[in-house]
Amino acid sequence: MKLDEVQRIAHLSRLELSEPEAEALLPQLQAIFALVAEMQAVDTSNCEPLAHPILFLRDLAQPLRTDEVSETDQRTANMRSAPAQKDGYFLVPRVLE
Amino acid sequence: MEWEVVIGLETHTQLKTQSKIFSGASTHFGAPANTQACAVDLALPGVLPVLNRQAVEHAIRFGLAIGATIAPSSIFARKNYFYPDLPKGYQISQYEIPVVLGGQVEIIFNGESKLIQLTRAHLEEDAGKSVHEDFIGPHGEPSSGIDLNRAGTPLLEIVTEPVMRSAAEAVAYAKALHSLVVWLDVCDGNMQEGSFRCDANVSVRPMGSEKLGTRCEIKNLNSFRFMEEAMNYEIRRQIELIEDGGEVKQETRLYDPDKKETRSMRSKEDANDYRYFPDPDLLPLQIDQAWVAKVRAGMPILPDAVRNQWQKEFGLSAYDAQLLSQDRATAQLFNALVSLVGQPMAKVAANLVTGELASALNRANLAASDSPLSANDLAPLLERVADGTISNKIAKDIFTILWDEASTGQRSSTIDTIIDQRGWRQISDSGELALLIDQVLTDNAKLVAEFRAGKEKAFNALVGQIMKASQGKANPQQVNDLLRKKLS
Amino acid sequence: MSWHVSTVALLSKALAAKQVSSRELTSYFLERIAKGSRWNAFLDVNPALSLAQAEAADTLRASGLGGPLTGIPVAHKDVFVTRGWHSTAGSKMLENYQSPFDAAVVARLGMPDEQNPTAAGMVCLGKTNMDEFAMGSSNENSAFGAVLNPWNPACVAGGSSGGSAAAVAAGLTPIATGTDTGGSIRQPAALCGLTGIKPSYGRVSRYGMIAYASSLDQAGPIGKSAEDCAWLLSAMSFHDGRDSTSLADSGEDYSRYLNQGWSEPQIKNATKPLSGLRIGLPTEFFAAGLAPEVAQAVEAGAEQLAALGATLCSVTLPKTKLSIPVYYVLAPAEASSNLSRFDGVRFGHRTAQYSDLQELYKKSRSEGFGAEVKRRILIGSYVLSHGYYDAYYLQAQKIRRIIATDFQAAFQHCDVILGPVAPDVAWPLGAKTQDPLQMYLADIYTLSTNLAGLPAMSVPCGFNQNNLPIGMQLIGNYFSEARLLQIAHQYQQASDWHLRQPSEVA
Repeated sequence: MKLDEVQRIAHLSRLELSEPEAEALLPQLQAIFALVAEMQAVDTSNCEPLAHPILFLRDLAQPLRTDEVSETDQRTANMRSAPAQKDGYFLVPRVLE
Repeated sequence: MEWEVVIGLETHTQLKTQSKIFSGASTHFGAPANTQACAVDLALPGVLPVLNRQAVEHAIRFGLAIGATIAPSSIFARKNYFYPDLPKGYQISQYEIPVVLGGQVEIIFNGESKLIQLTRAHLEEDAGKSVHEDFIGPHGEPSSGIDLNRAGTPLLEIVTEPVMRSAAEAVAYAKALHSLVVWLDVCDGNMQEGSFRCDANVSVRPMGSEKLGTRCEIKNLNSFRFMEEAMNYEIRRQIELIEDGGEVKQETRLYDPDKKETRSMRSKEDANDYRYFPDPDLLPLQIDQAWVAKVRAGMPILPDAVRNQWQKEFGLSAYDAQLLSQDRATAQLFNALVSLVGQPMAKVAANLVTGELASALNRANLAASDSPLSANDLAPLLERVADGTISNKIAKDIFTILWDEASTGQRSSTIDTIIDQRGWRQISDSGELALLIDQVLTDNAKLVAEFRAGKEKAFNALVGQIMKASQGKANPQQVNDLLRKKLS
Repeated sequence: MSWHVSTVALLSKALAAKQVSSRELTSYFLERIAKGSRWNAFLDVNPALSLAQAEAADTLRASGLGGPLTGIPVAHKDVFVTRGWHSTAGSKMLENYQSPFDAAVVARLGMPDEQNPTAAGMVCLGKTNMDEFAMGSSNENSAFGAVLNPWNPACVAGGSSGGSAAAVAAGLTPIATGTDTGGSIRQPAALCGLTGIKPSYGRVSRYGMIAYASSLDQAGPIGKSAEDCAWLLSAMSFHDGRDSTSLADSGEDYSRYLNQGWSEPQIKNATKPLSGLRIGLPTEFFAAGLAPEVAQAVEAGAEQLAALGATLCSVTLPKTKLSIPVYYVLAPAEASSNLSRFDGVRFGHRTAQYSDLQELYKKSRSEGFGAEVKRRILIGSYVLSHGYYDAYYLQAQKIRRIIATDFQAAFQHCDVILGPVAPDVAWPLGAKTQDPLQMYLADIYTLSTNLAGLPAMSVPCGFNQNNLPIGMQLIGNYFSEARLLQIAHQYQQASDWHLRQPSEVA
């Protein structure tokens, strides 16, 4: 991993890293990825990934909800922690397309 | 240099459900901002998604209608990117394993039938909306208002292979797809409300070349007219660019209907790495044979099957069959009418539905599903013409009366009472007609003389006078026959 | 009466016998919380609200309603959202955040109402401190200060449920809830001399649990005894239709085996209640890296279980070391996505100055998240990004299946696996903060159970020469929580490690 990659991933994650921050992070990330690289030694060619531990034992299916309206208007409560709002809208700096 | 155009369409259809795909909030259009955005839709800390069964059924229904494969097990994946109308910072979609694979949609283009091959269709959630009216933020900055009512509305994204070769063809496909999803009742097709939106992938290449050119994606086209304009503009733009020695840059563009041009979308300029991975909060969607069979059993008969049946059994023209099958309500009304008046009258029924009824609906700006007159109301009208009680002209007048009454909520008159009240019974009695004819001949000696002199037009004029004298009630066929006899 | 020394079971008897009211108990603990601020175990306390709940509980009991847990105080890890108390997940990003709804666990343990008529009726004392977004093993990653270990205030309490563990150990609450994604219930329990259990994945609803790594997170109790944990787990575990990964209700009473023999209900030989139990000790759990005193205490624990009738054998879990990179690929990957919703738009921290949307995002997130959270988000985004997905994310998910398979192979030879929880006892504050990787390596014994989704417990089994607690870990096969609790309970009938009190605590 290199410094410009750190900044690229930071941008992808919408994180702002100062030069010193990025430089301090780099060796830490490199050490972690050196450990991660050890995974390559395992032969997984005949292996299926396990995304959900509960599927290890049984073939469970995604539960399905009946199509009905079960939520009422809770706008006031839901927007109570909004940093900026007006007339029921959340406000963000204008995005021009 | 001859250029070949290559177009693929991705269509986002909002599925007709009461509630959202992953939450129980309403999907009803037009509510005040954020009154239909529950905690799950707002991505508040701690919330989780649960899948709406009806959205899946709609997907299965669509897949069956286009002859696609329904995946027995499909996976929901997260598409990660940051945008204010995307509350979680990711969209729940399907990536490697979608619910529907393959399939075809038939279109009629340039008088020919063609099958447009589909790649796939998958379930995903819609994003919210940004409103750019003059909002001012907490620091006085020009702001957009974010309304998340639409966030979480179920979408079926339908993707074609890049097999269309002109903007017109692409629009023909879009229209056929639109008809189909409305016919199937999986989407309300309301393009103004955003229920049906197309993204067009457009590229050009030298004719005969195997290699695909660089493509641009034109997003969010929600009218057929704009679709055609936008794609044609883009085709010209790309060709001109290449012919001027430039290179087409792969990018996402928007169509500006006022300026009539496409332009690059600023916010999408940095290529997004969506980092798709299976959503750990959702288990695989399992659809077994029993469920598919159940959906199949509940499906309406498809438009082209209906058209074929009509042409074969009723002898309708392809043109009439298309008109009658443009939407399910029209088709149902026509079928109901034929079952009431009998197959021999099918063509007459077709004429009524595609003629008087269609005009009246058009004038009143109504869809067939909202027609104030039903097959039950119209059947007696056709029967009375068939048994000679009334003439075609009178039938038109009666239709107007029935329509007006039904439109204003009154439904007092039956056809027979109207006929009797107005004295509109057709005169078919040869004795009565003979008297009438004699009178007219006496009053129109000049025309008689002209006819005897060889002017065939005078015959029609005499028929016209007889119809007028009878206030339109004379049976035209009989009048013709009797007059012919009389003058010979 | 020193109520803070009592177990939940004892408090329940006292309430039933009307020796004390819930109001009195709640006031008692609220006072201890106020006096016990040095541990920094609590992030939010609302005495009026707690007392109101206590009064409601007393009314229930007076009408002959409610159950054994009604009126008993509990503290909730700040990862569970609550109305009435802030929910911060230990982060500046959510400082002062007020949730409009309660987490499933909180509602289920709280006062009964229309939605939850069979809720347990416990009284919430407040929200406990934790590593930010549950990322950490020492509770030094909290935006609101580290938690001190009641056994030695110069030492860490463990993490990420450090606040819950310290609160119980310091007698500020009889029991608390925690969450465990890579060991975050078991490890702080071990470091604070407490009993804790992470149930099988899917047993407890994650609705209302601020998500860290969705396929690894599970909630569970941290308390003074296996019996107390069994009671709480029974109350917490239910099928929640709002969580798609929530398992069907087993309707289980996790206490049902506590006083039974391993092989048959009636204990034939009182000295050998665990006769028939086969315990497997993985060779990889007793290899280099394990502090000698910890090894000794755990081995002594194994011998004690043998004395109670169990047989010991050796098993192998070959991917133990590899569980570290596997976990530190998968958990950050899921976290990087789960934390994207914290963007300063609809709730949470928004930066003060911004010139456009991108700046709003970047500054809000960079200001709101601490260093460890940022590190894991970066790792996560990286392993999911184009070109790296197959080699990292996919490879990790595949090894995950191998790990789960290896456990099944081990369970062919034993009923339960036993080992240490952590390589060492509680370490001095600040000693390991320089090198994040070192901290990750210390999770070696706990990570694989989360990857496989198995249930596991931490049970106090001794102290080192500096009187710092040591815990042993019991890992069971899927859905065997009642059996794990049974083993722990019988062990606790024959030992008193779990009854010791820290001298630092009044």
